[in-house]
Amino acid sequence: MSAKILSSVACVALVAGCSAGNYEIPIETPLTPKLDISKFQRVLIAGFVSGGSEDVDANLETARLLRSQLRRNSVLEVIDADVMPLLDIADEQIHSSARNAPPAVPDGFAVAPGAEADADENAEDGPLGEDDQMSEEELEAYETIFANVGFWRDLGEEYQNPLILTGTVYFSPHQQSGMVTREREVYDSFGRRRTTPERTYRDRRGFVLSPKFIFIDGETGATVYSERHREEILYDASQNTPALSSYFELMDRLLPSVLGAFSNQSIRGTRTLLR
Amino acid sequence: MNRQILVALALLLLCASAHPLADAASDARAQVDFGNEVARRGLWREAVYRFQRAVEYDPTYAAAWNNLGIGYEHEGRMDDAREAYETALDLDPNNVTIETNYDLFLEVSDRVSEDPQ
Repeated sequence: MSAKILSSVACVALVAGCSAGNYEIPIETPLTPKLDISKFQRVLIAGFVSGGSEDVDANLETARLLRSQLRRNSVLEVIDADVMPLLDIADEQIHSSARNAPPAVPDGFAVAPGAEADADENAEDGPLGEDDQMSEEELEAYETIFANVGFWRDLGEEYQNPLILTGTVYFSPHQQSGMVTREREVYDSFGRRRTTPERTYRDRRGFVLSPKFIFIDGETGATVYSERHREEILYDASQNTPALSSYFELMDRLLPSVLGAFSNQSIRGTRTLLR
Repeated sequence: MNRQILVALALLLLCASAHPLADAASDARAQVDFGNEVARRGLWREAVYRFQRAVEYDPTYAAAWNNLGIGYEHEGRMDDAREAYETALDLDPNNVTIETNYDLFLEVSDRVSEDPQ
């Protein structure tokens, strides 16, 4: 009996003790998905118009990474299909629309000599491949493919109207030089170590990742949501970091936001309750 | 058995005398204590209810507003959370804990409210 009473008293004392001060408490804030995916059962990561570094196939790597992440973090079934060479397809679409476009010269006027030849020559140019180190602006020119509703509707029909995830990915080497602050170790006459801030000129190299993710309704072919990101990372020039590991490091920063478009996620943190 | 009941009643009396419910401020305080306790056990809906009661009893009780902000934040009610935190800060502008909670809330709020392009 007395043991029971003692434990009751201990419980009361514990409660009283706990409520005596402020305490940290873990909380989990729910994030509502940016996209209503209720009408979709499946998602197709079609591929990406990519450009920049020749060391990383940004199209393939982005599609692979997103597929594996979505398999783990989304209720949608991820369609296992070949990654489309979207840059080539976009280039083809641009050229075929240029060929089908009405002539710039009005009827009855003569075509300037060499003009047709020039047009053909341009059409013969292949898409700017990764070897050509396409600029970010050049990559944007291929974004017309995302407005081609018919193309995406046809693709959607092929896979029973899934949600289609596509977009552009620009991943490129990046260099920046300038003054940086670093800590310098100094020892005084007594041999004591201390650090002092020192401004030095440094060459730094790294990578920039600039993707645009576009979500397309496979039934209508229309874009339902898009988001653009830009991340960069710089290392000391003497540090030789492989392009692929930098790519994954940068993608890691973006993934929560991309996945947040699909699924209910939450942000964990701590707050302090007061009394 | 009777002795056990008597001891329990005595403990209740002790608690009641430790937290006198004589006025609105002490009512609010009791609600906050209870809210804190249930929040620690993960019963957030009950905690939010208690914090709401506390600010009804004593609208000048900054700690209750702070805790209410935390409760709303946990439930994803970001607008309500902001209002509660801001009220808490208005009432107690120099409270570093409330300020820290509010700053952390703002970071989360920015991520939640990222507008689709």
